[in-house]
Amino acid sequence: MNEEKRDAKSVLRALQDRIAQDAWDAKNRGEKVGWCASNFPQEITTAMGIPVVYPENMGAAVGAKGGGRRMCEHAEGLGYSADLCSYARINFSYADWKECPELEIPFPDFLLCCNNICNCMIKWYENLALELDVPLILIDIPHLDGEACDEDRVKYIRAQFDDCIAQLEAITGKRMDYDRLTEVMAVSQRSSRAWLRAVGAMEHVPSPFSGFDIFNNMAVACVGRGTVEAAEAFELLAEEYEALAKEGKSSFKGEEKYRILFEGIACWANLRATYKGLQSRGINLTATVYGPAFSFLYQNLDELMAAYAQVPNCACFEHELELRVHDALKNKVDGAVFHMNRSCKNWSGKLYELERQFRVKTGVPTVIFDGDQSDPRCFSEAQYETRIQALTEIMEANKKEAR
Amino acid sequence: MDDVLTLGMDVGSTTSKCLILRSGAEIAAAALIPAGTGTSGPRRALEEALDKAGLKREDVAVVTATGYGRATCPGADHTASELSCHALGAHFLIPEARTVVDIGGQDAKALRLNPEGKLVSFLMNDKCAAGTGRFLEVMARVLEKEVSDLAEMDAQATGVVPISSTCTVFAESEVISQLAKGVSLPELVKGIHMSVAVRTASLVRRLGVTAPVVMTGGVARNAGVVRALEKELDTPIRVPPLAQLAGALGAAIYGWEHVREKR
Repeated sequence: MNEEKRDAKSVLRALQDRIAQDAWDAKNRGEKVGWCASNFPQEITTAMGIPVVYPENMGAAVGAKGGGRRMCEHAEGLGYSADLCSYARINFSYADWKECPELEIPFPDFLLCCNNICNCMIKWYENLALELDVPLILIDIPHLDGEACDEDRVKYIRAQFDDCIAQLEAITGKRMDYDRLTEVMAVSQRSSRAWLRAVGAMEHVPSPFSGFDIFNNMAVACVGRGTVEAAEAFELLAEEYEALAKEGKSSFKGEEKYRILFEGIACWANLRATYKGLQSRGINLTATVYGPAFSFLYQNLDELMAAYAQVPNCACFEHELELRVHDALKNKVDGAVFHMNRSCKNWSGKLYELERQFRVKTGVPTVIFDGDQSDPRCFSEAQYETRIQALTEIMEANKKEAR
Repeated sequence: MDDVLTLGMDVGSTTSKCLILRSGAEIAAAALIPAGTGTSGPRRALEEALDKAGLKREDVAVVTATGYGRATCPGADHTASELSCHALGAHFLIPEARTVVDIGGQDAKALRLNPEGKLVSFLMNDKCAAGTGRFLEVMARVLEKEVSDLAEMDAQATGVVPISSTCTVFAESEVISQLAKGVSLPELVKGIHMSVAVRTASLVRRLGVTAPVVMTGGVARNAGVVRALEKELDTPIRVPPLAQLAGALGAAIYGWEHVREKR
């Protein structure tokens, strides 16, 4: 029987569902399952065959499916501050309620935290460890204050990497197979390169796809990049985008009149409003930091350590700024939209200065709007609309002037 | 080209402004009703302006709505953001304007114009209403005064009672507790104005202060806030006589440009 060729979007969705189901199946078989931070070195768990699930992804999905407000309010009723990250609040609610109609993940036997995505996350996971009475393994990635990760940092991270493996062997009874680790590292490289290739297609004019698709596709880049299926799916995605670009076509609905950099995590709970506000005006997202954020390029174990220390959220301000400026110029943006994500202290704390320096360095008009990744109470559609309309008017005037 | 009438409606959260412009050059009539979006204000402002000019709606080529209530403004042909409209209005009133500060009912804006008057960048306040017209309304109510009384009271102050809270609700409590202590009302009003100015100044500084600085919007009528902002920014601020109508004026200009392009 000939199998019909599937599109990358459905392959990625099916893969995401399968990874989630694998974790449930493992839990039901009595295997140990972990909760894991999104930028934790997944090479360890993938190589050891240890299933993990990602509370951050659950927080995003619950937000997108309309449960963010209920879950956040419940957490606040438990005594957690409304100023905490909404992913954390959703997770604390789930830990308390033990159920969530929008999405459930198997409860953990251990926790894996890595603070290269967010330093506040250490407290989130410490709290979970106490509440759920499960062990917490932390890989502490030192903040990178320069361009490169030096040898001392590599040694520091490597020691924790080795210790994490030893602890996981003790907790799960599974052994690390270092040949398998080498294979997983190679597959992860293949996935990362394919992901970067796919996201890199945004530099074409018009971009072959709606940039908001990245927010959906990146889930697999986060949870499954060590699997052959993910590598193949991203290669398929890159091929699809490149084929569209070659023909000058795009899956973006309508004419791509303007191209923007979108800074920050999506407003999952207000995805429709934020997307429509842009798409209805012919504005496509063609630059985002989510390319480099979920791709880790290395050749050996030491370079793997360095790669996890060089992710955008762990790097110095100047490096973060440069990433955005470089992407914006390469991908020919007409403007930029900065999401003041009230959940994220790492992001919101520096956003004003990031926006100011970005505006000065690129010369493109920018706008900041208030919102949150999964708490809909922080977003005002009327305020968003005003800002996006004004940005569009400036971009339109700039285009007229250039003609 | 014959005279073309364009009409700008600025439907804010607390007031509705309407202005009729003749061929993008001459103001034919204007009206301001102290009732904003969702009220009879927009309709009344439109009727009053048309009445003053002796015109009917059909005499007007284009109606452009701006402001918070622009999307629901009755009879509007199209909309434009208040950012673009205040920039156009300010440039019309003071052509050399390079930085425009507009404090409206529930937001504050800082606009940067190039030497030709084109809006090149802007910043707005975040969701918090501190430092906006609504903040001043709340404070005036606590003091049992009208917003229009505040500037004169400020002028009488010999010192200042600082207000440290940035949250409108907390600042209200702070003002109440200062009142209970029996502090001088003018000095308290000056403190309230300083609080607005400090918040607005941080917005303007992030954008970059390029002189001349012009202030538009309803709060520009409050000389106390203008003085406090001048002090904070260390630069003189020019307030055009039609500051509060700048948004409606800009909308009418926007409409005029639309008509001109079509021809």
